Formats: sequence, structure tokens, C-alpha cells
Amino acid sequence: MRRSWRKMVSAAAALVLAAGAAQAQRTDITVGMQLEPPHLDPTSAAAGAIDQVTYANIFEGLTRFASDGSIVPGLAESWEISDDGLVYTFRLREGVKFHDGTTMDAEDVKFSLDRARGEESQNAQKALFSAISEVNVIDPLTVEIRLSQPNGNLLFNLAWGDAVIVAPESIDDIKTNPVGTGPFRFSNWVQGDRIEIVKNPDYWGTPARLDKATFKFISDPTAAFAAVMAEDVDVFTGFPAPENLAQFEADPRFQVLVGSTEGETILSTNNKMPPLDDVRVRKAIAHAIDRQAIIDGAMFGYGTPIGTHFAPHNPAYVDLTGLSQYDPELSKKLLAEAGYPDGFTTTLKLPPPSYARRGGEIIAAQLAAVGIKVEITNLEWAQWLEEVFRGKDYGLTIVSHTEPFDIGIYARPDYYFQYDNPAFQGLMEELNATTDPTKRAAILGAAQAMIAKDYVNGYLFQLAALTVANAKVAGLWANAPTQATDLTAVYWKE
Amino acid sequence: MLRYALKRLLSLAISLAVASVVIFVAIEVVPGDPASYMLGINARPDTVAALREELGLNMSPPERYIAWVGGLLQGDFGTSYTYRTPVAEMISERLWVSLPLALFALALSTLIAFPAGIIAATRRGSKWDLGIMGVTQLGIAVPNFWFAMLMVLVFAINLRWFSAGGFPGWEAGLLPGLKALLLPAVSLALPQASILARVMRSALLDTLDEDFIRTARAKGLTRRQVLRRHALRNALIPVLTIIGLQFSFLLAGAIIIENVFFLPGLGRLVFQSISARDLIVVESVVMLLVFAVVVVNFAVDLAYAAVDPRLRRRR
Repeated sequence: MRRSWRKMVSAAAALVLAAGAAQAQRTDITVGMQLEPPHLDPTSAAAGAIDQVTYANIFEGLTRFASDGSIVPGLAESWEISDDGLVYTFRLREGVKFHDGTTMDAEDVKFSLDRARGEESQNAQKALFSAISEVNVIDPLTVEIRLSQPNGNLLFNLAWGDAVIVAPESIDDIKTNPVGTGPFRFSNWVQGDRIEIVKNPDYWGTPARLDKATFKFISDPTAAFAAVMAEDVDVFTGFPAPENLAQFEADPRFQVLVGSTEGETILSTNNKMPPLDDVRVRKAIAHAIDRQAIIDGAMFGYGTPIGTHFAPHNPAYVDLTGLSQYDPELSKKLLAEAGYPDGFTTTLKLPPPSYARRGGEIIAAQLAAVGIKVEITNLEWAQWLEEVFRGKDYGLTIVSHTEPFDIGIYARPDYYFQYDNPAFQGLMEELNATTDPTKRAAILGAAQAMIAKDYVNGYLFQLAALTVANAKVAGLWANAPTQATDLTAVYWKE
Repeated sequence: MLRYALKRLLSLAISLAVASVVIFVAIEVVPGDPASYMLGINARPDTVAALREELGLNMSPPERYIAWVGGLLQGDFGTSYTYRTPVAEMISERLWVSLPLALFALALSTLIAFPAGIIAATRRGSKWDLGIMGVTQLGIAVPNFWFAMLMVLVFAINLRWFSAGGFPGWEAGLLPGLKALLLPAVSLALPQASILARVMRSALLDTLDEDFIRTARAKGLTRRQVLRRHALRNALIPVLTIIGLQFSFLLAGAIIIENVFFLPGLGRLVFQSISARDLIVVESVVMLLVFAVVVVNFAVDLAYAAVDPRLRRRR
């Protein structure tokens, strides 16, 4: 009798505990990020913060990036490519609805792509669509995209946040009330503070496990540290203070995710400004730079050395760091050969991110050791765009090029590096016309080697994706193949 | 009194007109194009041109100045380049954080400074006086953002009594709102209280040395009565000036504290807008702040007149 009484008590206790545990299962999350999106239309601005909130959460494209950077089907279930590579026929998923209840069909796809490539387009990546000559609706679930020339990148281009599918019914308010097809719906935006999204119960695919997510904007690195420490935010993506990561790693309450990004951080060089127009001088700069010292000093060890403008996690990547090994003696010899035995003076203009400001100080010291004196100027982004990027009034600058797969910028002679090499431009044309993956990889290898041997820029390191999260949060992306915080698979453990 | 008020009102209008020109010119000469900033480094020139056209950036500066001031006079602050929402709406949203924060800080500062200043002045040279002067010296010397970070470390990270920052919004209730503003308000208030306490002390000391105080004492009033009826009232003029200045400072100057506590206030709006070259927002917010400063000064001028009848009669 007594025994069964005890049994009952323990059973009841177990029940209470289980109920408690079930209650403790959280379904909301607060994600901290540094920059606030200016608005929420990924198809009309470059701000990465827009994709950070909307990509894969609110908006989806025909194709999409998986967390390893590969391209997988999105709103298109499958596709066929004609033998000449000029016609892509996409089969759309059935039963996909926008958050306002309207159906997503071929007309919406046509509308979205025509809007992005049209004359009055405000798409920041309009070049993604330049090969498209027409978009045709075959039936409500079939879309045909015709190209003016073959483009091996089309499926990749359509995965960008700038190529998501939007609806004509909701386009007017898209900037403040985005209506997409994703697993989350936009709910509320308190400007300057936070954006809230809630689960979309009618999602066509695997539904989200969270009911609600809040993005909070904390620009100051110290405040970001405090917010994570005080557990005001559960996740911080793009954590701005690498110097504090060791502390989070040591604390069992937190986990630190270190992944890769598409950000090639380079010492951009003005290839038209003497003496930087001399390849020997650029080679001398490359050999004067100790990459590891910059990674350790500016990024506290987070970052992968690169020897060319290509992401190391890409299968076509070729390790060319050997072409620019740290060798100050060789550097001095090259400078003397080029006619600058005593070095020279040039400018180094630095935008705000800490990789540039801290890295710039270290590079200045390394260049000084071989006799190159640099005058450092700190610029705001708007000034940098005007002076350096558009005005090309600079010798050296440090920037992380975060667009995925952007080696094509070297084929633009008017781009701010002013690298004008017809051989390279030919390679890029050949690449565009090639769809076979093996052949593409070979061309890409040759292109990487060409810019590395021309020492167009100083190739420093691939920016690391740094995320700090509560230890109980699972399902986060460690890598950032595009600037996104895909919350679809995120949940709380236990 | 009416004549005095009218004169002040005229100088207020002139100040505002001059300020609008200065603000517009200063912000226009800063290099950087909002459209290029929005579209980033991969944008095509035709895309940037299309956006510039839509934002009205292709108009000449004088045309834009007239459009801006014309709008302001009709209460239309324009539309933000980056957010694409009406500037007036953005400002009023931010004011719901900044204004209560400034008032909260000012109230704390006054509540601390008045007793401290009075105690220090009436007990000149005592341990109390030395202690208060020492603490206020420290309060002025310590930067408020450093003190703010220290408070976050103690009260948010270690004790976990408060959030490290952020603002739940007034719709979450009065108490949660005030709680979120408490640490920022204290860090804003302490340096201000230190300044105010010192001003209070010296103003009161000056007054206490005046002949009429001696006369009042000779008539048989107690120290306490003299202090309340004669000394305090006369010492209030410099103190009011400082309070007026402090209020404008607290409204506009909380940028750093707003960043430390990631509060969605006016200061942070200005900061974000400057880096995005959202010129129309910067111009309108700065203009609004100038307006607030000028109006507060006007109110302080009127308050002087209320406190000091001589000012009303002066030509």
C-alpha cells in the first residue's frame, strides 16, 4: 500500500516535471544584428541587413542558397535547360501562397523578373539579369526564361535575395510591409529598435519550428557584448567584437559559431595610379604583407588567408597564397628593380569596419618596413563610395567584397581597381557561355591565377561569419553563403 | 511683459531662419550621395540615376532648400530617402523615447542637485560641503558613457536586475518603460546633477552675501526663513539658465548613451541618417532640435521675467 502511494507521488512528480519541461520549450527567439535595414525590399537596395532579415524567412526565389553555398530548388520545383543553353523552363511548386492569401504563379515570376531588369529598375544587382531577353508564362505553373546569350550562372543568380519573387498586389508597400511566400510573415517594425516576424501557418514546405522571431539592432560593439551577456538577445549574427569571442567560448551558457562568408577582404589597389600601375610594385606590396599577422591582429585569429579573389569553400577554389608569401627582402628587391629603392608614398583610405581600420594600421606598419609610406585617412561609407569607389581618388584601400561569386568585377575596366586586361575579360565571356561544371572550374582556375599573377590587389583573407548564440539554440547557419539568417530550422533544445 | 515677449518672439523667428540656411548648407556640402549608398558597389549607373530621380536629388540645391523650408512651414517634414516613410512620423516615434528620457534625466538631476547645492552652500566649509564638492567634481570628470557601461556591467550582466538596453515601447506599460529608461537616465543625469549642484551652491553663496539677506536676518527671520523666502528665489536665475541648457542638451546630446543602451531615440536616428546620407532626415531633425533649443530659451527668458520683475520693465 505504502509503496504504491510512493509510486503515485513520483508519477505525479514526473508528470509535473514533464509539463514544466513542455512549457519550458521556447518557441520565440531574439536575434541581434548590428545594422538596421533601411527598408524591407531586398530587390531595391544593396543593404545586406535587408537580406539578413528577409532572405528565406519572408521572401523566396526560384532557386535558393543552402547553408553550404550550393544552389537548391526554391519556388521552382525543377527546371530544364535547352541544349544551346538559351532557354530555361522552370516548373513551379503547386499551392504556394503569398502571405496576403493570393496564389503565387507564373505571372508573379514574370512580374518580379521584369521589374528587376526593367528600365526603371532600382535593383542594386541589375547585372544579374542582364542575360535575360524575355520571360514567358507558359501556364500558371510553368515559366520560360529566354537568354540572349548562354549564362552558366543563371541558377546561381536567381538564388540571390535581389531575385526573390514578389507580387504585383503588394508591391506598393513592400518597403514597409513585405509580403512574400516564406515560412515567416512580417509582423511589426519599431524603427530604430526591432523587427518582428511570426510563423506562416500556410507555408508550402516544412513549417518553421519557431512561432515568433524578433530582430534587434545593436550597432555598438560594447552594447552587443552586453546584450548577449545579459541574455537580452538569444543569437547575435555578425558579431562585431571578435576580441570578446574567447569569453563567450569559455562560458557554458553560450556557443560560438565560426563559419565562412563570401567576403574576400582585399587591399584594393588603384591599378592606374603611378607607381601602383607597375606590376613589380604591386608584387612588392603583396610580398610585404604578412596575412597571418593581419588576421591575428585585426580579427583575433578569425579568417582564412586567400591568395586570389575567390572564396576558399568554393569547389573551384585554387590556393594561390604561395604567389604572395610574406618576404620583405624580395619586396625590397622588387621595389629597387621598379626604380623605387627608397620606397614611395601613397594613400590608404579606410572605410569604417574594424577589419579595415585595424587591418589598415597593421598594413601601414608592414609596408613601412619595406620603405612604402602610406598616409591613412579614415572615411565614412558614403565618403568612401564617393571618393574611392566613384572618384577613384586613392592609392590603396581595404574592403571586404561580400557579394557571392564576384570575380567578374575584374572584367570591368571602369571598376575602381581600374584593372584592364582583355585576356581576363575574354575568360569571363567564355565562362558565361559555359554550363559544363568541369569546364567552368577550369576557366575559373585560370581566372584566379591571372589576377593573382597580375597582383591586381593585395589578397588578405576571407572574412569569417561570427555568430554567438545561446547554447540551447539549434539549427542556425554557421556559414553565410549570402547575407541571411535562415530561421526555418531553428529551435530550442530540450 | 507683452512687449518683452514679442521682442523675444521676433528674435526666435530670426534665429530659426538663419539656422535653416546654415543647416542646409552644412549638410549639403558633406560629400556622399544617398542613392549610391543605398545601392552599394555593384549597382549600375542607370540604376543609381533612376533612384536619384525618384528621390528628387536631381533638383538644384536652391530648389531643394525652398521645397524643404516650404514643407516645414506647412508642417510637412518630407519623406526619408532610405526608410521611405514620412520624416514627421519617424521623429514623433523617436520623441516618445527621447522626450521622456530627457525629462526623466532632468528630473533626477534636479532632485539630486537642489538638495546637494543647498546643503553645500548653507554649510560652507563643512565636511558636507567638501564631500559634495568632491563627488560633483568626480561626476563632471567621469564621461557618462563610461559610467553607463559600468552600470550595464553591474546591474545587467552581473546582477541581472535590468536589461542591458533596448526599449519595450510604452504599449508594454508604464513601469517596464520607465525601468528600461532608468539606467540611461541615471547615466545622463549624474554629470548634469553635478554641474547643477555646483551652480546652485555658488549662486546661493553669492546671494547669501548680499546686504538684503543681512537685513532680513536683522529683522529677526530665522536662517531657514531667509533661505526660503529671499536667498533661493534670487539664486534661481543662473540655475534656470543651466536647466534650460541642460534640457536641450539632454534631448539632442544623448546620442552616445542611446548607442550604449541601444535605445531608438532621436540621437540614434540622426547618427544612422548621417551615415546613410539621409539628408532630409538629418536636416529636419537638426532643425527640430534647434527649434526646441530656441523655444526652451524663450521659455527660460519668460521664466526669468516671472522670477525677476526688473526684467519685465527693462527696454
